[in-house]
Amino acid sequence: MLFSGKNGKNGKNGKNADVAGNGGIIEMRSLRKVYDTGAILVEALKGIELSVAREEFVAIVGPSGSGKSTLLNIVGCLDVATEGSYLLDGEEVAGMDLDQLADIRNRKVGFVFQSFNLLPHITAFENVEMPLLFQGVGARRRRERVEELFEQVGLSDRMHHRPVELSGGQMQRVAIARALACEPALILADEPTGNLDTTSGRDILGLFEDLAGKGHTLVLITHDMALAQRTRRIVRIQDGRVVEDRPTTQAA
Amino acid sequence: MISLRNSLRQFLRDARSQKLRLFLTVFGIVWGTAAVTLLLAFGEGLHRRVLISQKGLGDAIVIAWPSRTSKPWEGLPRGRAVQMTAEDVERIRSEVEEIDRISDEYMRNTRIGTGAKTLSVQVSGVNAEYGVMRNLIPREGGRFLDQRDLDMRRRVVFLGDQLAKDLWGDAVDPVGSQVRLGGVPFLVIGVMVTKDQDSSYSGRDKDKAVIPAPTFQALFGDKYVDNFVFQVLDPQRVPAVKKKVLEVAARKHRFDPEDEEAVQMWDTTEGVKFLNTFFVTFRAFLGIVGALTLVVGGIGVSNIMNVAVEERTKEIGIKMALGAKRRWILNQFLIETLMLTIGGGAIGFAISWGICSVFPSLGLAQYVGDPEISFRVAAITTAILGGIGVVAGYFPARSAASLRPVEALRM
Repeated sequence: MLFSGKNGKNGKNGKNADVAGNGGIIEMRSLRKVYDTGAILVEALKGIELSVAREEFVAIVGPSGSGKSTLLNIVGCLDVATEGSYLLDGEEVAGMDLDQLADIRNRKVGFVFQSFNLLPHITAFENVEMPLLFQGVGARRRRERVEELFEQVGLSDRMHHRPVELSGGQMQRVAIARALACEPALILADEPTGNLDTTSGRDILGLFEDLAGKGHTLVLITHDMALAQRTRRIVRIQDGRVVEDRPTTQAA
Repeated sequence: MISLRNSLRQFLRDARSQKLRLFLTVFGIVWGTAAVTLLLAFGEGLHRRVLISQKGLGDAIVIAWPSRTSKPWEGLPRGRAVQMTAEDVERIRSEVEEIDRISDEYMRNTRIGTGAKTLSVQVSGVNAEYGVMRNLIPREGGRFLDQRDLDMRRRVVFLGDQLAKDLWGDAVDPVGSQVRLGGVPFLVIGVMVTKDQDSSYSGRDKDKAVIPAPTFQALFGDKYVDNFVFQVLDPQRVPAVKKKVLEVAARKHRFDPEDEEAVQMWDTTEGVKFLNTFFVTFRAFLGIVGALTLVVGGIGVSNIMNVAVEERTKEIGIKMALGAKRRWILNQFLIETLMLTIGGGAIGFAISWGICSVFPSLGLAQYVGDPEISFRVAAITTAILGGIGVVAGYFPARSAASLRPVEALRM
């Protein structure tokens, strides 16, 4: 709707561009992000064009300083672009205030962070429960949902442990359960295996592949090419622009 | 609600990880509350105690003693004795309308005996109004003097409680018994209810015997009053009434109406007025001290919450990423500060209440009175604490809620 008129470069994103306007999860058009550091203006994103369709499994890669983190923040609605349009599951994010952003994060985005970002003083169960609390879900339904999620990530026996009592891999499973809690349109993972040993990393990746297979939309931000190769599509960011967008061998 | 249970958990974790700081903060509030409530409770108890003792002498009465002139008047020298009679007292009653009650009083030391026992006693001759003015309240089964006793010059006597005890002991009710007073038989008609009395003229009422003034005069032959007592129920008018009483006496006995030495007067309402003013000031002072202590406690709470915001930036960021709105974060911090202040306040109040409950058993009540915790003080203290909690919590809460999730997560 909004973007289709003012944007003539839809075709540039190759074969994925066809989702524009008919239910793509991410639709970014001419997205710019400028940081005002006081002395100078830093243009971190210089016109991003990106579409991610439902049920895609995408890796966004790029060296540090490429604008990758900025893009992650904007995709995750933690920050808003300076210019351009961003539709998340059909909702225009540009121009939202802080509370609206909080609301859309809660409903549409599930975060998986490199450092897990679990609250240390409450149990795994309570961590997973938290986004449901923010949504105002009743106690009984919360419990049912949380138990279901723990089963899904294979940690039912660890539900009432605190994060410090869990291994890195287990913590990341809890984080994934938390990300799935509100049935988000998009799961956004930032270097999800970065703090894990090889075995646990493989484990977590297996879980992601599993989720992708079940119809979840996943966006994975990483600089690890081996990891990126396991997704179906790689989007490379450099100097604030999309410089490469191609399917991986897995895509077939 | 969602935030309450979570905040409570959060709060308890903080309590564990920052025991000392939390203790000091809550201690400030506890101390403040206890100080305010205890100071005011003891102030109130002391005030009541003093007022009760004051009332032992009488309720807003003036005691007047005809004395000697101190100024020359119309050619007459100073130093003349002013001798007033029952008639003069009646004249004052009729000429000074504002007086509600008045009684002449004659006094003498004599002996009182039951036959089994004889004691030395001070006996007063008064009229029927004297009892009300001086708070001589009869115990059940007895009465004070009445007008018929006076009219008929009955030989009846009203006894102080201690005197009755000295004569008969605790077990016997002397009402209806005979006593000999100055050798003459009298009928006991009443015994005084025990009362507190912190000031007196010529002895405590508990040790005295009181008989009708005409009986007294007939028995002992006294012509002139030792003193007279009057009561003006509106304390505002007492100074003017005193002046008028002096004028009436001066006209009759020919002395300077400005000569306050001629008839000396003791206005007990002045004492009450002084005490009331004193206690209002005293309580205001205590209140201010307490309130300032509370404010200092509040600053402490604000401080600890500010530190908490800094230390928990990461946590706030995570919650925001998961969809916590600003109001939620704001509430979390407000609820925490309210819990600190209200919790501290409740502990402080409980301590005060405990002290006030235990205090009466220490046996100090007759000197300083029993402290009384008033609900008004409790309500005001709670309101102040709640206010401090909100103010102290507001600024840390606002800075917590104004964090941008991106920045908060980066910590």
